[in-house]
Amino acid sequence: MSNGYLLEGLRRLGSVAIFFLQLLVQCLPSLGRPRLLVKQIYNAGARSLIIIMLSGLFVGMVLGLQGYDLLRRFGSEEALGTAAALGLLRELAPVITALLFAGRAGTALTSEIGLMRATDQLTAMEIMAVDPLRYVAAPRFLGGVIAMPLLTAIFSVIGLYGAQLIGVQLMGVDRGVFWSQTQDSVALHDVNEGMVKSLVFGVACSLIAVHEGYHAEPTAEGVGLATTRTVVASSVLTLLLDYVLTAEFL
Amino acid sequence: MRANRTLEIGTGLFVLLGFAALLFLTTQLPASGLKLGGAKAGYHVTADFDNVGDLKVGSPVSMSGVRLGDVEDIHFDPKDYKAVVRIRIDPSYRQIPDDSFASIETQGLLGGKYISLSPGGSDTFLKDGSRIEQTQSAIVLENLINKFFANYSSRGGNDSQGQAEVPSKGAGAQGKGSESQGNTESKR
Repeated sequence: MSNGYLLEGLRRLGSVAIFFLQLLVQCLPSLGRPRLLVKQIYNAGARSLIIIMLSGLFVGMVLGLQGYDLLRRFGSEEALGTAAALGLLRELAPVITALLFAGRAGTALTSEIGLMRATDQLTAMEIMAVDPLRYVAAPRFLGGVIAMPLLTAIFSVIGLYGAQLIGVQLMGVDRGVFWSQTQDSVALHDVNEGMVKSLVFGVACSLIAVHEGYHAEPTAEGVGLATTRTVVASSVLTLLLDYVLTAEFL
Repeated sequence: MRANRTLEIGTGLFVLLGFAALLFLTTQLPASGLKLGGAKAGYHVTADFDNVGDLKVGSPVSMSGVRLGDVEDIHFDPKDYKAVVRIRIDPSYRQIPDDSFASIETQGLLGGKYISLSPGGSDTFLKDGSRIEQTQSAIVLENLINKFFANYSSRGGNDSQGQAEVPSKGAGAQGKGSESQGNTESKR
C-alpha cells in the first residue's frame, strides 16, 4: 500500500518536472501573442492588487505594534524602521504574497484550466492543431511569474507605510529617525533577496496551479480536488523553498 | 472593445504600481540609493562639530525636547578638520537666540543621535545662513569608558595602595591560572 503511494508521489513529481520543461519551451513562442499574456497579468496581478494591498497594510501595522512593544523593552524604539523594513523585504512580503497568490490567483488558474479540460476544450484545440500548452498554459504561467515580484514590491512598500503609520503617528517614534535608520540598515541586497524569493515563488506557485489544472481529472469532483491540491502544494512548497533560499542568502 | 480597454488600463495600472514600488525599494530605501523628494520649507543654519559620532542626515534637532527641525547635510571641512552640519529649522521657529548652544546627544541608551539646542541670552536671532558658534561634540561611549579607567588607576596609585592592587591582583591570579593550565597541558 505504502509502495503505491510512493510510486504515485514519484509519478506526480516526474509529471510536474516534464510539464515544467514543456512549458519553458513554449514560453518564448507564446510571447508572439502578447495580448494573451496581458490578459493573464491582469488576471493574476491586477485583480490580486486589493487583497495584497490590504494584507500588506495590516501586516505592516501589526509589525509596527509588535516591534514597538518589543524594542521599547530595550530602549531602542528607533530601530523600529529597521526591523519592519528588513522583516518585510526579506521574509514577510515574499512569503505572504505567495500564500495569498496561491489562494487568490492559483485556484482561479487551476479551476479555469481544469474546467477547460473537463469540457474538452483542450482536446478540441489539439484536434485543431492548436497547442494548448502554448496558448493556454504558457501565458498563464508567465503571467503569474511576472505578477509575483511586482505584487511583492507593492506589499513591501505598503507594509512599510503601515509600520510607519503605527510607529510614527501612533507611538511617537520620530519620523526622521525612523526613515534614516531604515535607510542606513537596508542595503540593495536585501531588496534583491526579496525579489529573488518572489520570483522563485512565482515560478513554483504558477507551475503547480497550471499543472494541476492541466492534469485535473475531467470531472466536477476532479477539478475541485485539483484546486485544493494547488493551495496545499503551493503553500507547503513556498514555505519549504523560503527556508532553502534564506539559508542560501544568509 | 470596451472590456479590452478596461483590461488594458487595469494591467497598465498594476504594472506601473509594481514598478513604482520596486523603484522606491531600490532607490529610496538603501542609503546608497538616489534620493528624490523636494526640499522642505524652513531656514538653514550651520554648526561645526569636532566629532558628530553617528549623527545622520534626517536626525532631529530639538530644543527642550521639542522638535524644531532636522539635519539636512553633514560634510567634512578640510581646512578646519571639522564636521559641518547643516540644520534646517521649521519656519515657525524664528526666534532662536543666535548665541544658542548646540550639542549632540543620544536618544535612550543605544538610540540614535540628535542635536539639542539650548537657548542663549542674545537679543538677535538665528537667521538663514547663520552659524552656531558654541557646539559640543558627540559623547563617544568608548572615550568615556577610557577616561573613567584612566582616572580610576591614577587615583588608585596616588591615594590608596589597596584599591590599585585589586585589579592587578586579579590580573596576576588570572595569569597564574593560565600558567598552571599551560603546565597541566604540557604535562599531558
